[in-house]
Amino acid sequence: MAELYELTAADLAAKIASREVSAREVTEAFLARITVAEPSVHAFLTVTPELARAQADAIDTRLAAGESLGPLAGVPVALKDNLCTAGIETTCASQILRGFVPPYSATVAEKLQDSGVVLLGKTNLDEFAMGSSTENSGFFTTGNPWNPDRVPGGSSGGSAAAVAAGEAPLSLGSDTGGSIRQPAAFCGLVGIKPTYGRVSRYGLVAFASSLDQIGPFAHTVEDAALLLTAISGHDERDSTSVPRPVPDYVQALTGHVEGLRIGIPAEYFAEGISPEVRAAVMSAVGVLRGLGAVVDEVSLPYTDYALAAYYIVAPAEASSNLARYDGVRYGMRTARSSNHIELFERTREEGFGAEVKQRILTGTYALSHGYYDAFYLKAQKVRTLLQRDFAAAFERFDLLVTPTTPTTAFGIGEKSNDPLAMKLSDICTIPANMAGIPALSQCCGFDTDGLPVGMQLMGPAFSEETLLRAAHAYEAATDWHMRRPNL
Amino acid sequence: MSQTEYEVKVGMECHAELLTQSKMFCGCRNEFGGEPNTRTCPVCLGLPGSLPVFNKAAVEQVLRTALALHCEISLHTIFHRKNYFYPDLPKGYQISQYGSTPIGVNGYLEIEKADGSVKQIRITRVHLEEDTGKSIHSDGAGYSVMDYNRSGVPLMEIVTAFPPDIESGEEARLYAEALRSVLLYLNVSDGRMEQGSLRAEPNPSIRPVGSEMFGVKTELKNLNSFRAVQRGVEYEAQRQAAEIEAGRVVIQATYGWDEEKGVTVLQRLKEVEQEYRYFPEPDLIPIDFDTEYIESVRASLPELPLARTRRLREQYELPAADALQLVSDRATADFFEESAKAAKDAKAVANWLLGDLTRLANAAGTPVSETPVTAAALADLVNLIVAGTITGKIAKQVIEEMFVSGKTASQVVADLGLTVSGADEVAGIVAGVIAANPDVVAKIKGGNEKSRGFLVGQVMKAAKGRARPDDINRLMEEALANA
Ligand SMILES: [Zn+2]
Repeated sequence: MAELYELTAADLAAKIASREVSAREVTEAFLARITVAEPSVHAFLTVTPELARAQADAIDTRLAAGESLGPLAGVPVALKDNLCTAGIETTCASQILRGFVPPYSATVAEKLQDSGVVLLGKTNLDEFAMGSSTENSGFFTTGNPWNPDRVPGGSSGGSAAAVAAGEAPLSLGSDTGGSIRQPAAFCGLVGIKPTYGRVSRYGLVAFASSLDQIGPFAHTVEDAALLLTAISGHDERDSTSVPRPVPDYVQALTGHVEGLRIGIPAEYFAEGISPEVRAAVMSAVGVLRGLGAVVDEVSLPYTDYALAAYYIVAPAEASSNLARYDGVRYGMRTARSSNHIELFERTREEGFGAEVKQRILTGTYALSHGYYDAFYLKAQKVRTLLQRDFAAAFERFDLLVTPTTPTTAFGIGEKSNDPLAMKLSDICTIPANMAGIPALSQCCGFDTDGLPVGMQLMGPAFSEETLLRAAHAYEAATDWHMRRPNL
Repeated sequence: MSQTEYEVKVGMECHAELLTQSKMFCGCRNEFGGEPNTRTCPVCLGLPGSLPVFNKAAVEQVLRTALALHCEISLHTIFHRKNYFYPDLPKGYQISQYGSTPIGVNGYLEIEKADGSVKQIRITRVHLEEDTGKSIHSDGAGYSVMDYNRSGVPLMEIVTAFPPDIESGEEARLYAEALRSVLLYLNVSDGRMEQGSLRAEPNPSIRPVGSEMFGVKTELKNLNSFRAVQRGVEYEAQRQAAEIEAGRVVIQATYGWDEEKGVTVLQRLKEVEQEYRYFPEPDLIPIDFDTEYIESVRASLPELPLARTRRLREQYELPAADALQLVSDRATADFFEESAKAAKDAKAVANWLLGDLTRLANAAGTPVSETPVTAAALADLVNLIVAGTITGKIAKQVIEEMFVSGKTASQVVADLGLTVSGADEVAGIVAGVIAANPDVVAKIKGGNEKSRGFLVGQVMKAAKGRARPDDINRLMEEALANA
């Protein structure tokens, strides 16, 4: 019989609801698993065992009292450490926020608490979500549970690794240019970047405000649908969240894809995509076709400009979003300052890592007088063109299928001295952020090194149900999602 | 050396903190002062992960102001971020419409000069932004502390057009006064310059009369009164002229105003254009107005000060200065009109209101419209005078009592028996005074008319102010003729 930590969230929830196991037992199983896995995985920055036990006990008490709770009651989750949690240190894996304990919780954290979810802890990331490997964490690098010498992807690498290693059945990450989908692909998980505005960003420490979205990691499409349902919806505290009803995404998992029109954009299979990845994705497309989907090729000509435009927009917004870390109000403060200018300069010099500084400088430059039109404004125009590309494609297709990443998980240290190669690993995921559309990554095979390969599904705004339906049908026809790494 | 004649041109940037219940982007209360950092939250402290949501009431107040200033209204406006580092700026950027289309553009404000002529001062933009916190520097402590109560308070900026229409310190003051009065009428600002809730920042420059070119301008800050606005501009224009006459140049800089010494003081040079890296605020959605809404706001605007001044002058035949003074505060003008409608002499109402009542209100530190003397009570007082029930002199005593007790004029008069003395009573007093002063009477009979004043004075004294001067004079005439 499988261990509790190997079960899906849906199975755990069912066992807890039927009182076959207690929420406390489930929590203890994951806390024990964390103890076993952490020495090699390093997924967590903070584990909150006491809080988890208290929350689990509270669920058990309510169940014992005969209360009927929501579909995730008693199920543990891990949160990326750029989501604010009241009373729990939130660092964004940056030295500059070391010791920062927010007085409030992110909307998603509140929603999960209301759903009866148990918080296991906060996971590692690239500092301020800037990176693709967690190597930019201000604290330590997370290992890929499939091979600890490989990166788990990033920036939500800790959240992905925690689920892949069985340290949590579910987790939340944030995705600005692929930071959920790329680690989901590297760790063999389902990861969703929802439509911009689907999930409230309130309490998500901003990297690039017009691109950031929070989304789930899970072993299965159903689990991801459960978590997405729990976190979605309009929030008065986030003006950019969209007032639109939230469907029960689990209801979308009908198993049927007959007649679904799937586009294969040529630009996403071009040079730089490893043959093994290409083969695995095309094979998965064959499976979908076999299930009744209609597949054809499509072109998205502006895709080639997405990466360059992203590296203007994201750093520009970041340079402004990160201005607040000045040592005046919270977090780290330099010990060496005799006036406020020195306080700012030295705090930021000491507190930020190299990648963050580089992006702040790039963004500052891009917004500067005389460069704004040539860079920021032009990048926004590219964004509009990308959106038109997608709009045209979605007139003919219900969704698009591409690789999530050009390669499988690369080695720790392999690309850390080659920033361009590192950034190219996000080339397939960035366009969805730039266009604001939803995208999902799921496992579609393993390479010869035994590392997972990710397939990306993209659809028009608010087509999460279609993405989930297709992904679920594919998952039901394959068994990649059943595999677990040996730790 | 020839003496060049210079003219001054003054642009004006005014900031007004809006009178909303809550701050611009969060639910914290919008108030002045208080214990430091007691009105703050994650949003106005710029805590990581917090997001702004704009206050619709603030947007409406700016729209009202823009309409009152005859602006064209932008149907679609967005916010920008103005990026700079300062300890009082918790996010490292100010959310402002400065870098984008403001809510109002191309308007004007009329000022009325001392000679009665009216001048239009063009306004280029009316927009919305947020205020910063405050640094509190303690001398010699080696550190500063921060108060973020003001952080995120909605701030409206009103900027005059270039080239500037304001051409003297007096015009600068009149503009600031007229603007304050419009803001008070719209109930969007409390207009307190001394508290900084209304800030007027003139930027004067001078040029030789007849020149086509504009001179280098300097910016004046912390002018805490209208007088300071006028004096600051006048001083600065002279200082700039002296620089040029001395063969130097005017340097672009910010100057503060030293009220005690009456001089401007260099604060900061503006050698390089500040780099604010404006870009659209991605955390906020655009503001879109529909024309129906704009028209409904326009229809709800009150009569504005200048129009009201003109109307008061004509309708109540008031002197220009009185009308101007009454209208400078909307509540005072409302009080006047309410009282004038019930009174038989509107001019007298204005006199009593601007005279004794204002004096009493000022001494008590209460707005003139909120004292125990109601508009109806003031009308009653005036009507008693008009009817001859009391004299003007007695009325002064009555209003003091009304102010203290809150009683009507009629009540006070009845309670204290202050009704004017009847002719018989006055005649009796006159007879007594004549009988008691035969020598004076003899002098008058001898042709010394000046001595008549002494007798009148004696009568007034004996009547305790309740005798009408006409009665005294007439009865005295009769009595002397018979004496
Ligand atoms: Zn606040």
